[in-house]
Amino acid sequence: MAIDTRESVSAEHSGHTAPPVRPTRRRPGWLGPHLGRALVGAVGGYAFGHWIGNVIGSGYINVQGSGQNDVAIVLGLSIGVVGWLAGAGMLDYPLAKIAGREPLPPAPSKSWTRYLGPALDHKVIGLQYTVVVLLFFFTGGLLAMAIRTELLNPTSHVFGPGTYISVVSEHGTIMMMMASSIVIGPLGNWLVPLMIGSRRMAFPRVESFSLWIFAAGYLVILAALPLGGFPTGWTGYAPLQTQATGGMDAYLVGFAVIGIGMICAGFNLLATIINYRAPGMTWSRVPIFVWSVLATAALLTLATPTLVAAGLFGVLDRTAQTAFFVNEHGGSSYLWENLFWFFGHPEVYIMALPGFGIVAEIFPVFTRKPLFGYRIAAAGMIGVALLSFFVWQHHIFQSGINPDMRPLFMLTTELISIPTGFIFLNTMGTLWKAKIRYEVPMLFALAMGFNFLIGGISGVFLSDVPVNVTVHGSFFVLAHFHYTIMGGLVFAFFGGLYYWLPKMTGKMMDRRLGKWHFWAMFIFFNLTFLPLFLVGLLGQPRRVFEYAQNLQTLNDVSSVSAFFLGASFLIFVFNFVKSIFLEPKPAPPNPWNSLGLEWQTPTPVPAYNFARIPVVLADPYHYGTSDGQAVADLGPRTLSLAGVVAPAAGALDAQAVTGEEGSADPRPPIA
Amino acid sequence: MNGGGETHHFRRLGVIWAVLAVAFDLVYYFAIGPHVPPGTLTSTASGAQFDFNILFLVAFPVMAAVWVYWAYALIVWRGSKSDLAEPEGGPKSRGHLGIQVGWIATTTVIVLGVFVFGTVELIVPAGAGGGEGPSPIWTPTSHEVLPIQVIGQQWQFTYRYPTFGGFESRQLMVPAGTTIAFHVTSLDVIHSFWAYQLGVKADANPSVDNVAYTTTKQPGAFTVRCGELCGLWHGAMYNFGKVVPKAQFFVWAQSTEHRSAANTKNLPPFAYTYVPDANGANGGYYPDNVDPYSKVETYGATSPGK
Repeated sequence: MAIDTRESVSAEHSGHTAPPVRPTRRRPGWLGPHLGRALVGAVGGYAFGHWIGNVIGSGYINVQGSGQNDVAIVLGLSIGVVGWLAGAGMLDYPLAKIAGREPLPPAPSKSWTRYLGPALDHKVIGLQYTVVVLLFFFTGGLLAMAIRTELLNPTSHVFGPGTYISVVSEHGTIMMMMASSIVIGPLGNWLVPLMIGSRRMAFPRVESFSLWIFAAGYLVILAALPLGGFPTGWTGYAPLQTQATGGMDAYLVGFAVIGIGMICAGFNLLATIINYRAPGMTWSRVPIFVWSVLATAALLTLATPTLVAAGLFGVLDRTAQTAFFVNEHGGSSYLWENLFWFFGHPEVYIMALPGFGIVAEIFPVFTRKPLFGYRIAAAGMIGVALLSFFVWQHHIFQSGINPDMRPLFMLTTELISIPTGFIFLNTMGTLWKAKIRYEVPMLFALAMGFNFLIGGISGVFLSDVPVNVTVHGSFFVLAHFHYTIMGGLVFAFFGGLYYWLPKMTGKMMDRRLGKWHFWAMFIFFNLTFLPLFLVGLLGQPRRVFEYAQNLQTLNDVSSVSAFFLGASFLIFVFNFVKSIFLEPKPAPPNPWNSLGLEWQTPTPVPAYNFARIPVVLADPYHYGTSDGQAVADLGPRTLSLAGVVAPAAGALDAQAVTGEEGSADPRPPIA
Repeated sequence: MNGGGETHHFRRLGVIWAVLAVAFDLVYYFAIGPHVPPGTLTSTASGAQFDFNILFLVAFPVMAAVWVYWAYALIVWRGSKSDLAEPEGGPKSRGHLGIQVGWIATTTVIVLGVFVFGTVELIVPAGAGGGEGPSPIWTPTSHEVLPIQVIGQQWQFTYRYPTFGGFESRQLMVPAGTTIAFHVTSLDVIHSFWAYQLGVKADANPSVDNVAYTTTKQPGAFTVRCGELCGLWHGAMYNFGKVVPKAQFFVWAQSTEHRSAANTKNLPPFAYTYVPDANGANGGYYPDNVDPYSKVETYGATSPGK
């Protein structure tokens, strides 16, 4: 059921008489906004933009005879994105407003086709996000296996150097784009309103927009391959960037497009968390996952504009022949490095903090204890977010810029490990004298702790400038950030999926297959990336296709493990398809006996989440108390006591909260 | 197992941790540490090795503390299917002031210690082999500094020896027991001069003179790889160099200078940075107010033009 965001509601309240508006006719379904129309719009937009670009640019000296018109490619991609958005119905609302019509909310639908079009329900958008990030993730994963195939042998090659460097760059960029949204997109959008007791996000249309433009970014970055690939890796350093062929435009436009999506998702979450908390949801009761999303959303909103601006500079350098990054013409190759990493380092914590949030959310449930040091956990996340703006130059310690700044950036980088380390204090304190239940989400959360410790400690080595001289730009760095991003964030994400999918889909994931997935992923992840620390220390630079003979054994261990790591995700896909579609096992509303507010809703969660706005009475971590305090007053007919008095009976009666299942949408006014 | 008092758990954890940490650190220090890359060919290489080892000796006990605790907790405090009673939780397990303050204090002390150590190890050995840009602020104390220019271009490194007539070579020869200033620059995109066993890494930016210092010790061989992605053949951008005894270096340098004299005449005059023309060959100028021979003491040979 769609969420009514018509302004007429508030207009009535404020006593204005709205001018008469012409009603918009509803088109037949197949003509309405959906994925197919978006694809048509993208292709049409690309062709149109490309044509305009050729008209504009074919007279340029640098275009004539070069066989490449960057103007056409940039305009093609940009207008293609606009076409995609128009096809997805993202422009309907503003265009209708401009035309003086009353915009229609999306057609109410209970069928699965609502997942193929624009939605205003944060739960639909959350699941759409899940599919898109998994698409990103599996595409990047296949590319990773292509890289590891090439590195099986130090001298004989599977790919030509051009193909190889394109594969490496594409892998890095796709994975970074994916990781920026892997938790914020699916879980952030799906869970945050439920966790804070809201019926909706602050800006549902912006939320839908952020999803569709994120998906457009996937198409744009994939378009880099047919456009010739790009040779710069995900960091896109200029002037190599300026020199590269057409695929580079897809990188720049793609990052800008993804960046716009990140900014939208970020400020939407910020506004929601700050303004849409239910009565009683004070800052000291906000779930720790919401704190992590808050910190991340602040980073998304504040750091990403730098990336978009830098991408614009890059596009101008390549099309309008400006010289932002060209030293010989008064620009600076350091400018890109600084702009990129000024975004790039907060980005690193965008890819870490949500993982902390998930783990801190899972630990109390499966240890049956309150989260240890809640205030410290929240403070740590805010501290990390603040400090992350002051560390970016540690990526360019050897670049020759500002040697006098090195001790400062070494200090800030090492200081950030203090608030980062709070997650270990929280989890270790929670484990103390607990009764640990080894369910699949808990296994992933524990593994995240194991991996992130290695990733975090190796980061301290990298921050030490003298050691950095040896390990910078080597496989040591690569192993380090795969341990933090994949070992940290991706493990946490899958833990979160196993934990929340019963609520999101209403089906239980198979526990045995989940454990198989976990052990395969955990073992082969470590076997893939642990040897790469050594490989880097022994002198193998990143992104090379040839390496020293004596490093072959280690590289081969890593490669073979990487194939098994890739295969472990097949178990997940199999589990997902089997448990959700083939042999669905209905999930009880609260299978883990969690105290979280999101678990006190019926499954499936009704369109408006709560029959009436809940009144929050306590934070969701008071496990192990005998007073049976309720989490929230959810409505006139029930108080939630899940898991407190009688854990076995924690599965709340779904009917108790909303009355009859499937009854008419309450459609309460949104105050 | 759940019945033990707090001190009982702490004592056991402490003993396991201390034994593991001390045993591993000892093994590491004596058996592994001396072999840690990048070796001991130069002062900066052995500095990097020393720093890495110290960090590891600090890091392992920290990691062991976490791992020992986790392993202990996962075994001792595992729940059982039959026992559904909630563990002792409640308000007092929400935080413990002493533990939290202790944790913050401990990590802060470790971090500040690592920072002070790293800063000293950065400044004392004159930048620790990292590129310091065109005007280094940490310079070596030695009065005999041999300047060698490293020119990166897609996709090879070449080396110019300004104190030997400015000849250009694709072979990097370095005298033993000498302080060297590598002047790293590029003709096209960003490269990184990574002389692995020398413990030197400096990015090569076009129009930038990036200086890195090291002091060689004994003779030996080393590898140079490009450490920054520079395009198609980045993976093939490597070559090998040698640290040779001083006398041998002189013989090599002077003979190469004579052998390539005709070639050197066609090169752009030595400068710290070059602006290539469209062909990437003809450029070269002295930046305003810069005398390429003023910054460093020359090494033995006289400067060209004097």
